[in-house]
Amino acid sequence: MIRAAGLDVRFGRGEGAVHAVRAVDFEVAPAGSIGLVGESGSGKSTVLRAIAGLVDDWTGTLEIAGEPLGRSRSRQFRREVQMVFQDPYGALHPRHAVDRILKEPLVIQGFDARDRRVEAALDEVGLDASFRYRFPHQLSGGQRQRVAIARALIIEPRVLLLDEPTSALDVSIQAEVLNLLQRLRRERALTYVLVSHNLAVVGHMCEHLVVMRDGDVVESMDVATLRRRSPTHPYTRQLFQASLGYDAAVIASFVDDL
Amino acid sequence: MTGADAPLIEVEDLHVGFRTPKGMVEAVRGVGFTLGREKLGIVGESGSGKSQTGRAILGLIAGNGAVRARKLRFAGIDLVDATPRTMRTIRGNRVSMVLQDPRYSLNPVMTVGRQIAEAFLVHHRASRRQAKERALEMLRAVRIRDPERVYRAYPHELSGGMGQRVMIAMMMIPQPDVIIADEPTSALDVTVSLQVLAILDDLVSSRGMGLILISHDLELVASFCDRVLIMYAGRVVESCAARDLSHARHPYTQGLLRSLPKIDAPVEELPTLQRDPSWAL
Ligand SMILES: Nc1ncnc2c1ncn2[C@@H]1O[C@H](COP(=O)(O)OP(=O)(O)OP(=O)(O)O)[C@@H](O)[C@H]1O
Ligand SMILES: Nc1ncnc2c1ncn2[C@@H]1O[C@H](COP(=O)(O)OP(=O)(O)OP(=O)(O)O)[C@@H](O)[C@H]1O
Ligand SMILES: [Mg+2]
Ligand SMILES: [Mg+2]
Repeated sequence: MIRAAGLDVRFGRGEGAVHAVRAVDFEVAPAGSIGLVGESGSGKSTVLRAIAGLVDDWTGTLEIAGEPLGRSRSRQFRREVQMVFQDPYGALHPRHAVDRILKEPLVIQGFDARDRRVEAALDEVGLDASFRYRFPHQLSGGQRQRVAIARALIIEPRVLLLDEPTSALDVSIQAEVLNLLQRLRRERALTYVLVSHNLAVVGHMCEHLVVMRDGDVVESMDVATLRRRSPTHPYTRQLFQASLGYDAAVIASFVDDL
Repeated sequence: MTGADAPLIEVEDLHVGFRTPKGMVEAVRGVGFTLGREKLGIVGESGSGKSQTGRAILGLIAGNGAVRARKLRFAGIDLVDATPRTMRTIRGNRVSMVLQDPRYSLNPVMTVGRQIAEAFLVHHRASRRQAKERALEMLRAVRIRDPERVYRAYPHELSGGMGQRVMIAMMMIPQPDVIIADEPTSALDVTVSLQVLAILDDLVSSRGMGLILISHDLELVASFCDRVLIMYAGRVVESCAARDLSHARHPYTQGLLRSLPKIDAPVEELPTLQRDPSWAL
């Protein structure tokens, strides 16, 4: 359903240029789910933004459902591919109330029964009607994140690009949102690319994961390898060890350039 | 009350309420705790009042909100009736807060390096060059790979986790007595997150700082903090030694622990909480 081959992304030119993504390859089957994990600043969000058509300077191949993607994205593409951004605060219009934030994509894509859909979308992410006329700054961090998820789901896309979608949620709400995403994937055959630093979340949601560091893919593995905690690359091994919790002695032994 | 064991922060019966067109939102309802030279974790339901509790201490509540408390003190200084000037001094020098959406607390039109260096110059006698050196050093300390580039970058050119690390570096500049960190590492990979927390840990043990860490990462809080408060619907429903979190008694806390996905024990569907209305009374 999604294929990236030799994907390269650069920001700027000349001396100050940043080569944020280097020769990244991965493939996701229809109704499949892949996890991108790895170092902060390694290019995970940039990969999602390239697929979504939000960065200009990329080279290589990107395909959705066998169709190569060019520079611009059609309205049809936006109907089928939705992204949940890492910073829900920046992604929600600060002066629009939740109701308007959720209705806008419905209007653009020509959906009817908008009031009913807004209500249902909020209900699915565990927000009652009292949130409908609040502004983003009047919500808690996790409430904003759920509004962002509701906005992505409301136009019933086929592909979801999820950038840390539950990082601001407590684990009980996280469980509800992950269950919702898994149910939608089963029922509507959705395809997911999920960025998360939480290996347990990736293990729960994905069949496959790609580990990134400094723009490169250092390792890809199936979920069974994750469960056995038996990666091959030293960077991934350190990452897995860090997921066991805070231990000052272990942290002191970390090596920055593996 | 200035001895080494005097509490840094004292909170008793704290209330934060917001006026909205749909009526009052009682965000915090009678929260109480003290903070010493220690690491105190706050976990709990999304919307349970964790961030507003932290913000109330610093007087950072939105215009439609009101704060009321029997006691709200920093180092013995009353914060409820403090003058704006006292509050500014406390905020700038003695208590720092890392807000939950860090990239939006940075100035979008000023380079990251200049923001750090200027913050440094406010608090230290130093030349511009020294300030830049210190800023680069701090970026290195929070494990930024390419400090020279990040120094020249604007906030929108940073990744989510880089923004968080810049904020943490800024908050450490005044060498505050207390840091309130609201989900400070939620966008960081686990390796860097632990490395950054180790810096804060060190400030607590070497300088006797107090740290309030708001987080939903239960395993992290249990292994990193000394004590933990569990919040639900504006109240503290339970508090315990962090290492005893797995034996927590409140049904909400137990439910939280059950709903964690586990790497080596996959389940088809994650257990969810049946929220009992009596928890919110
Ligand atoms: N608009 C931009 N201009 C310049 N550099 C950028 C821009 N956007 C991102 N970068 C750089 O690209 C690199 C990758 O950023 P990206 O946001 O993809 O990282 P990430 O893996 O998502 O990290 P995190 O886990 O911290 O969110 C970083 O070094 C970042 O500074
Ligand atoms: N300006 C405001 N007006 C109205 N309600 C508000 C305002 N700011 C916050 N609230 C509400 O106060 C409650 C507590 O918010 P707070 O940000 O403290 O939650 P939190 O525990 O930090 O949650 P999260 O984990 O999701 O960040 C929430 O229900 C939120 O919607
Ligand atoms: Mg990112
Ligand atoms: Mg919060």
